[in-house]
Amino acid sequence: MANHTIAETITIPYLEEKGLLSWLTSTDHKRISIMYLLSISTFFVLAGISALLLRFELLMPGKTIVDAHTYNVLFTFHGAVMVFLFIVPGLAASFGNFLIPLMIGARDVAFPRLNLMSYWIYLLGALIILISLSKPADTGWTFYTPYSIRTGTDVILLTFGIFVLGFSSILTGLNFIVTIHKLRAPGMTWHRLPLFIWASYATAILQVLATPVIAISLLLLIAERVFGIGFFDPAKGGDPILFQHFFWFYSHPAVYIMIIPAMGVISEVIPVFSRKPIFGYKAIAYSSLAIALISFFVWAHHMFVSGMSEVAATIFSFLTFLVAIPTAIKVFNWTATLYKGSIDLKSPMLYALSFIFLFTIGGLTGVFLGALAADVHLHDTYFVVAHMHYVMIGGTIMGFFAALHFWYPKMTGKMFNEKVAKIAWAFVFIGFNVTFFPQFILGTQGMPRRYADYPPQFHSLNELSSIGSWILGIGMFVMAINLLRGLFNGEKAPQNPFNSLSLEWQVPSPPPHENFEEIPHVTDWTYGYGKKSA
Amino acid sequence: MDTKAHADETINHITPYRIYVLVWVTLMVLTVISVGVSYFHFGIFNIVVALAVASVKASLVALYFMHLKYEDKITWVFALYPLGLLALLIGLSISDVFFRAVVSP
Repeated sequence: MANHTIAETITIPYLEEKGLLSWLTSTDHKRISIMYLLSISTFFVLAGISALLLRFELLMPGKTIVDAHTYNVLFTFHGAVMVFLFIVPGLAASFGNFLIPLMIGARDVAFPRLNLMSYWIYLLGALIILISLSKPADTGWTFYTPYSIRTGTDVILLTFGIFVLGFSSILTGLNFIVTIHKLRAPGMTWHRLPLFIWASYATAILQVLATPVIAISLLLLIAERVFGIGFFDPAKGGDPILFQHFFWFYSHPAVYIMIIPAMGVISEVIPVFSRKPIFGYKAIAYSSLAIALISFFVWAHHMFVSGMSEVAATIFSFLTFLVAIPTAIKVFNWTATLYKGSIDLKSPMLYALSFIFLFTIGGLTGVFLGALAADVHLHDTYFVVAHMHYVMIGGTIMGFFAALHFWYPKMTGKMFNEKVAKIAWAFVFIGFNVTFFPQFILGTQGMPRRYADYPPQFHSLNELSSIGSWILGIGMFVMAINLLRGLFNGEKAPQNPFNSLSLEWQVPSPPPHENFEEIPHVTDWTYGYGKKSA
Repeated sequence: MDTKAHADETINHITPYRIYVLVWVTLMVLTVISVGVSYFHFGIFNIVVALAVASVKASLVALYFMHLKYEDKITWVFALYPLGLLALLIGLSISDVFFRAVVSP
C-alpha cells in the first residue's frame, strides 16, 4: 500500500493491489485468507483426482488401471493430502481468517505478521510433502506402526511435512484465540458473537492443544525409523499400539478441527435463508465448546480391534456416545430454526441443508461404530469409509461449499450464476450419495477397506460407487467453472446481496483494506431476522 | 470489554531483580538435589523424587520467569488445561496397558 496515504488505505478494496509479491508479503487477513483458499483448493483438486483414480481402479475386480502398490500410494496420498493440506487448515484458515476480524468488528487479527508466517509455514510443509512424492509413502494417512517403520517408502519426509504443517495450525489457532478475546468491537459481547466465531474459537482451542501431540508422535516415529530406538517395537520393549494411542489423541480431536468450523458456517447460513433468528443460540455456542472438550476423551474408539484391553475398549465405547449429545443439540437447533421460516433455497442454503441431511447420516452411522459389539464386525470395512466420507464430505465439504457460495460475493465483489450453481449442487448431492451410500452396504457385507481388489460378488455396488464418483466429479467441475467465470464475467456484487445482519455484510464488497472506516458499536446480536425491516 | 479490565491490562507487573535471583538460586539448588539423589536408591521412589523436583522447577519457571503468577485467570486456564490433557492421555492409556489380556507367546 506504499502509494496510498493512510487515509486512503481505509477505503481502497483489499483486492486492488496487483502483483504476486504484494500478495505473498501481505499481512492483511483477507489476502492471507484468499491465499489459503487457493492453496487448499489446489490440494483438494489433486487429492480429488487421486480419489477418482482409486474409484476407477475399483470399477471392476482384478487390475483395472494401477497395481496394488500404486493403489496403496494413491490412497495414502489422497488421505494425507485431503486431511493435512485441505481439510484441517480448510475452513479455519481460509474463511476463519477472512471472517473473524470482520465479524467481530476488528481491522485485522491480533498478530498479522504471525498470520502471514503461518501461511508460509503451511507452504513449506506442503512443499516437503510434495518432495516426499519422489518415493511416495504407502502406509495410509495414519502411519500405523510397525508397517510405517518397515516400509521402504519415504515415510520420514511425509511425516516431517505434516510436523511442519502442525506449527501453521497451532499459530493460526493461537492468533484466533487472542483475536476473539482481545479485538471484539465495543458492545460485541460473548453472547452477541456470531456462531461462526464460537465455532472458530472452539476449533482454535483444539488446534493449540491437540496438534502438539501429533507432532510428538510423528517425531517419535521418525526417531524410531532413523535411530531404531524401539518406542513401538515389542522386541525392544516398545508397544506398537502406543503409536495408535498417540496418533488418535490428536487425530480424533482433529476430526472436530475439520467439522466444527463447518458447523459454524451452517449456523450462519440457516438463519439468513430462513429469515428467522437462530434457535437455541447459547446451546449451539456452548455445544461447540462441549464437542471440543469431549473430543479428547474418545480417541481409542479407533482402536477397538487393535489388541487394546477390553476394559479400555468398554470405557472408550461409553465415552464415545457422549459426543452424540452436543452434535445432536446443533442439528435439532438448526432444524428448529427452519421451522416456519421463510425458506429461500439459494445455493448456499442448498449446501447447508445437504449438510444437515448428510451429516446426520454420517453421525448416526458413527454411533454404530462407537458401539463396541457392532464395531468389531464393521471395523476396517467399507462401512467405516462410507461413515467417514459422510461426515467429511457430507459434513465439512458441504459446509465449505455453503461458505464458498455464501461469502463469494463479499470476498470477490462479484456474483456467480445462481442457476448453474444449483445445477452443480444437484450433481454434487446426487453424485455423493451414489458414491458413498453403496459403501455402507459393501461394508456390512464384509468388504474390507484399503485393498486394490475385491471378490466378484462386490462388483455391482463398486461399479455404482465408481459411477457416482464421476457424477460427483462433474458437479465439482461445474461448480469450479461457475465460480471462476463469476470472477471475470460476474455482475458486481452489492454490499449485502443476501440481506444478512452480520457485520461483515455491512462493509463494501470486497471489503476495504482496513475493513471498517470506523470501528462499529454493536448494540444487538446478529440474528434479529424476521423483525423490523430484516 | 469493560474499562476496569482494560485498565488492569495496561498496568504491567514489574518483578524486582531480587525475586529473579532468588528463583535462579532455588533452581540451582534443586538441580544439585536432582543430581544428588541419583546417588541414593529409593527403589520405585527414584522416579517419584525426580519428577517431583522437576515439577517444582518447571512451576517456578512458569510462575516467575514466564510471569504466570501475575497473569489473569484466563491465562491460568490456558496454562493448566494442557496438564489436564496430559493426565488424561496417560490415565486413559493406562486403562489399556494395565488391563491387557496376557497372551502366551
